[in-house]
Amino acid sequence: MKFYENYAQDMAIIRNPLQWIVLFLFIILIALCPFFVTDRILTLMTMIGIAVISVHGLSILTGFCGQISIGHVGFMAVGAYTSAILTAKLGWSFWVSLPCAALAAGIAGLIFGLPSLKIKGFYLIMATIAAHFIIIWLVLQFQSITGGADGLPVPKPKIWGFVLKSKSSYFYLVMLIAFLATIVTKNILRTRAGRAFVAIRDNDLAAEVMGISLWSYKLQAFFIGCVYAGVAGALLVHYFAFASVDQFPFMDSVWYLGMLIVGGMGSTTGAILGAIALKLLDELVTIVGPILSGVVAAQAAASLGLITRGLVIILFLIFEPRGLTHRWEIIKAYFKLWPFSHEE
Amino acid sequence: MNFFLQLVVTGFALGMVYALVALGFVIILKCSNAFNIAQGHFVLIGGYLGYTFLVVFGLPIWATILLAIASAIVMGILIERLTLRPLIGQPELAIIMMTIALSSVLEGLATFIWGGEYKTYHGVLPTLSVKIGGISIPSEPFIGLIVSIIIVAILLLFFRYTKMGLAMRATAEDLQVVQSLGIKATTVYAISWIVACIVGIIGGILLGAVSGVMIPLAEVGGKAFAVVLLGGVNSIGGAIFAGIILGILENVAAGYLDPLLPRGGLAHVFPFIVMIIVLVFKPHGLFGLERIERI
Repeated sequence: MKFYENYAQDMAIIRNPLQWIVLFLFIILIALCPFFVTDRILTLMTMIGIAVISVHGLSILTGFCGQISIGHVGFMAVGAYTSAILTAKLGWSFWVSLPCAALAAGIAGLIFGLPSLKIKGFYLIMATIAAHFIIIWLVLQFQSITGGADGLPVPKPKIWGFVLKSKSSYFYLVMLIAFLATIVTKNILRTRAGRAFVAIRDNDLAAEVMGISLWSYKLQAFFIGCVYAGVAGALLVHYFAFASVDQFPFMDSVWYLGMLIVGGMGSTTGAILGAIALKLLDELVTIVGPILSGVVAAQAAASLGLITRGLVIILFLIFEPRGLTHRWEIIKAYFKLWPFSHEE
Repeated sequence: MNFFLQLVVTGFALGMVYALVALGFVIILKCSNAFNIAQGHFVLIGGYLGYTFLVVFGLPIWATILLAIASAIVMGILIERLTLRPLIGQPELAIIMMTIALSSVLEGLATFIWGGEYKTYHGVLPTLSVKIGGISIPSEPFIGLIVSIIIVAILLLFFRYTKMGLAMRATAEDLQVVQSLGIKATTVYAISWIVACIVGIIGGILLGAVSGVMIPLAEVGGKAFAVVLLGGVNSIGGAIFAGIILGILENVAAGYLDPLLPRGGLAHVFPFIVMIIVLVFKPHGLFGLERIERI
């Protein structure tokens, strides 16, 4: 057993040589993926990467700061349409439009986060649900700019003349941003703001009494969380080279929260595990659904997705409210303490 | 002027149904402190049940309502027992997520059983057209109005005069006192879910008669939330008042403003705009109690 002797060691993200090795192996594995997996799996992995970015944002906002948001997809749509309009209508470069998308989503988050200063819990959920529907309605209203219900074709991103049109090049882009997003999240949580978020989540009144400005930190959490959503939304529409409101259904916001619950609230690993788990489940449903449709009834495919995702969240809430991360910690503890491991 | 009055009257009738649906939400919230996001999906199930009983089985309206109440009781017991009871004592987010997951499962079941198709039973209900002056009240909203008033009256009497109703009100007031008096809190929770299912399903039958049933009928839930927030989450009278106000406002706003907006759809977002305004300026609604928190 090794002990941490100073503060820096205690706060380090990567604590021992084994973790460095695992990390490098993981990066090499990801980098090699496009060479030996099929297009379908590559698409799935890209989608997981985008979901991871988005869920990290939600994790900061909901998992760490305790401000429950069911309008996350609405903020993704803000980022997506900002980037889509800037690149398609004004011909800006993707590298300028991506930060603009992040900023626009962040500002939208600030506006709809304002009620959080007065309200919490269920009231905030309602405000964020309202935010989603108002954003989508606005997108549909301004048809001349956003394309409305017809959607808007979006160019693929370019780096110095090299267009990222292949699936593998886009895969690298998404993985790189997802990786950066993970590091940034980990680091935000080690700052003053990160600790303030956790204090607000645990007891906002006590936090305020301790001198944490609720006003400032709640809005910061909304801003940061929505910046992630904006980036994820922009990546999503540039991947499909098309932006439409159908890419941002309301229920997706619920699934992002579901990913947090399945993965484990208040943990960066949890956000990643949850995103992977639910996206894999989706993939399974899209494979099994059509087969079931053929055997049982035509509508089985549509209902299977809703029922399984709902059931997974229900089962996790009842049997493992701390999520996959908790299971992972138990497994890790088992091997760490072996041969004297004990239950729980 | 006639156009305006027409809008107001239809809005009033629809608002009463919204109030009925919102009541289910308020009752659960008061008794068990759970926010039921799935309320709109009870309405959806209700609409499809109405179609099944009225059209597929060809039953009269009174038998439909009785059967609907019976199914609502079964549904309420199952939901409370299987999903909400294990979560007693868990944080608010867990309970809210549970009801959201429940709404997803209910929507999946509705899609599976009824195919997610547009079903309508327009004209199956008895026609009661009423004319006051120059305004005629359409038959279906009028039936909706009458049935909602009857059910709301029954509920108010139930809360006032029966033992169970008193127990439920007492639980809303103070859980510990109630338990020390020998009232089983779990029974109270179960009953509150049953009542919420009943009002949701009956609301669904009534709304389905007006506009037909399809998966988006569940969005009535959104309207019910707006009603509840406007009236104050823990006030039954507030829910009824706000339901009527919101029904009228929505109908009038949609009637006058939709032609001005290029793509319409204002009735769809209107409740959400009301919600944001209420949440920013008067978070506890018109008649809600402000809760004072202590550390």
